[in-house]
Amino acid sequence: MIRLLGALLACLTVGAALAVAVLWRPLPVEDLPLRVTSRLAEAGAGHAVTAVLLDFRAYDTLLEVAVLLVAVVVAMALREAQPDGPDRMGLANPLLRAVMGWLLPLLLLMAAYLLWAGSSRPGGAFQAGSVLAASGVLLRLAGVGFNWLDNPLRLRAVLVLGLAVFVAVGVSTLIGGRQFLDYPHEIAADLILVIELALTLSIGLALVSLFQLAPPQHTGPHLPDRRRRTRR
Amino acid sequence: MIGWFDLLLGLTLCTTAVGALASRDLFRAIVLFMVFGLLMALVWVRLEAPDIALAEAAIGAGLTGVLLLDTLGYLRRRYMARPGREEAP
Repeated sequence: MIRLLGALLACLTVGAALAVAVLWRPLPVEDLPLRVTSRLAEAGAGHAVTAVLLDFRAYDTLLEVAVLLVAVVVAMALREAQPDGPDRMGLANPLLRAVMGWLLPLLLLMAAYLLWAGSSRPGGAFQAGSVLAASGVLLRLAGVGFNWLDNPLRLRAVLVLGLAVFVAVGVSTLIGGRQFLDYPHEIAADLILVIELALTLSIGLALVSLFQLAPPQHTGPHLPDRRRRTRR
Repeated sequence: MIGWFDLLLGLTLCTTAVGALASRDLFRAIVLFMVFGLLMALVWVRLEAPDIALAEAAIGAGLTGVLLLDTLGYLRRRYMARPGREEAP
């Protein structure tokens, strides 16, 4: 009873604090949306969100991608410590396989569109990467392996690609006598597209890897073809 | 101005959140969580943040749901596995 009362009291306090915070929020000192739109012409992207993510505050995005990479590295390290369990991937489901044939081209097209639309409309590398990852997860569920990525070195290369391209662009702007990640105006749009392309691949693969590295599996980070394995 | 749609959306969002948290059946909780993610994406659209809505729908509802279901399957297998049955081929 006392616990219930305590929980109720805590709920009410937090609720009241939230209400106060929402209702009496201080006015922003600076009108950020206005500042972004007024300087949008200088950025390499026509869409305000993409401009903020990959031009004005590119450093934050760089660190975000690094965080994602570290998460995958930790998952890989944890996976190494786990004993290999029985195979459970690859549902023997003909329906899923049949649907995948229709769905996969659409998903890939969608990912490409989101990536391309990112410069002028809502979309971008993270969204495209997650759609790519969704198709990868579906493929894994249908029991299809990616032979090309069986090689751990290749897998890691693609995982690191996004961050590597990002850092390379940043360093090359440093070499060119500018600030870190301060793109020259003429090629800013192209640079952002290149970065986004690399990011899409890396983010997609990173998310698939997180799914792939769930504990009971035969092998570590690579993606073996599971059709030939016997199921328990 | 809050329309009836927004009001309904907010109420449904809260209901699914409470349902996902309070459900004893874990599978039900996960499905409710995915529904919550999709509704949240709708809320982001209503708040004029389509970028976040896309990410929420793809990651919050899609991938997180798959990961949670995967974990649930793993836990169930661990729970079912008796010591004698561990050495199955």
